[in-house]
Amino acid sequence: MVLYSEKVMDHFRNPRNVGVIENADGVGEVGNAKCGDIMKIYLKIENGIIEDVKFETFGCGSAIASSSMATEMIKGKPLSEAMQLTNRAVAEALDGLPPHKLHCSVLAEEAIKRALEDYCKKNGIQFEGIIPASCDSEDHCG
Amino acid sequence: MIYADNAATTKMSKRAIEAMLPYFSEGYGNPSSLHSAGQRAAEALVSARKRIASCLNALPREITFTSGGSEADNQALLSAARLGAKQGKRHIVSTAFEHHAVLHSLKRLEEEGFSVTLLPVPENGILSAQAVEEAIRPNTCLVSVMYANNEIGTIQPIAEIGAICKRKGVLFHTDAVQAVGHLPIDVEAQHIDLLSLSAHKFHGPKGVGALYARKGIPLMPLIEGGAQERGKRAGTENIPAIVGMAAALEETCAGMEERSARLKVLRDRLIDGLREIPHSILNGDREKRLPSNVHFCFEGIEGESLLLLLDDRGICASSGSACTSGSLDPSHVLLAIGRPHEIAHGSLRLSLSEETTEEEVDFIVQSVKEVVAYLRGISPVWRDLANGKKQFILS
Repeated sequence: MVLYSEKVMDHFRNPRNVGVIENADGVGEVGNAKCGDIMKIYLKIENGIIEDVKFETFGCGSAIASSSMATEMIKGKPLSEAMQLTNRAVAEALDGLPPHKLHCSVLAEEAIKRALEDYCKKNGIQFEGIIPASCDSEDHCG
Repeated sequence: MIYADNAATTKMSKRAIEAMLPYFSEGYGNPSSLHSAGQRAAEALVSARKRIASCLNALPREITFTSGGSEADNQALLSAARLGAKQGKRHIVSTAFEHHAVLHSLKRLEEEGFSVTLLPVPENGILSAQAVEEAIRPNTCLVSVMYANNEIGTIQPIAEIGAICKRKGVLFHTDAVQAVGHLPIDVEAQHIDLLSLSAHKFHGPKGVGALYARKGIPLMPLIEGGAQERGKRAGTENIPAIVGMAAALEETCAGMEERSARLKVLRDRLIDGLREIPHSILNGDREKRLPSNVHFCFEGIEGESLLLLLDDRGICASSGSACTSGSLDPSHVLLAIGRPHEIAHGSLRLSLSEETTEEEVDFIVQSVKEVVAYLRGISPVWRDLANGKKQFILS
């Protein structure tokens, strides 16, 4: 396929970590249905380690693949490491995304950081990650 | 493979391929050459023009060959505008859901000082001829309304609009790219002054189309050079493609009635099947649409992922227009008929051909049902809708 790499198609066809965690320790949702992308991340955290992560995504093939890859990249990792996740790393792990789809990897990074931030807030921990430019507003469509 | 994207392009007919082949090998002459090899090509050109004109009830000299529908649209609009400007008329009427070849040409004309009225489109996707009449001003030089919409397939009242334009002394152009082969065309009876068509939409080759321009309407060349096409389009004629287009057009027009009747049955079976999916909507009027076109929106999912998963099951479909696939904005056609952005993102166009079977239609229905259910299952939007956190837009 010309549009997407084999990796993107694999994660799109067989997304890892799809679903919901009931009573999650951290939840993050970003995006806007008007723009055509919404991602929601659920985290289960024990002793500073991401024990489990699940996602739900409304969006195109690369949005689903980016969510899947991003969850794989943080699963089992310490919080400090998960906070370092970048959209570039997600896109690279997918063997690249078309230029007009790079915002999907930004959305994935942001969704994970929102979920981590939610966990930190709930537990009185200082959040040390950097939240990228928001994808929530309609100004960011496209 | 189930090919249900015939509005994007079609498979070439055997008859068109066979008609073309001799002009790649022994009939390779340049029709501008005086020797016998050239004259053989020139004869093929004359014959193709005559046959194409006859399918439209036009005169051969009213047909100009182009590289396709987009070029024909560009040339039609720019020529009519230039003619209007000479008479001090610098207003054009068109619609919000035209093909981009028309909309972008109009944008260019606006930058050159023309004023353009883009008529809004009702929810059923069918313009009223009265709305066109009301929009015409004393300084209107051109009305451009497509015969059938390329995304939702709705059929416009072309003959009525043509009659109004004739009465008001305004040129009338129609982009008939999607209509040819599905709907009758008679430029006299329908009062059409300019008409665009594209061969690959009716089982002809890609890269060739035609512009019909009523005699007396001067066309402005977009390509300057030699005297081909009576000076209206320079460059050596693509003889094999033109011959293929003529063969495909004759074939498609000859079998139109029978094929349309058969396609309508399949189309309606497909519509009935997909309507069973909850929180979905058929876009465009149910009856006054191309016999080949089915177009739906499904709430809570996004169209591209739907397409990719259908492709995995061997179904080739489209989400809106293929031309919009490089953009992230939802289709301007769906926005024009009033679909909100979040609904417009979840669209699916299925366009059938005479090769489509009932079994294929049933397989498409089953597959779309399963894929929509799967994508809704992983969609946080759907979860919020299903949990009552958000209100459904589609019933």
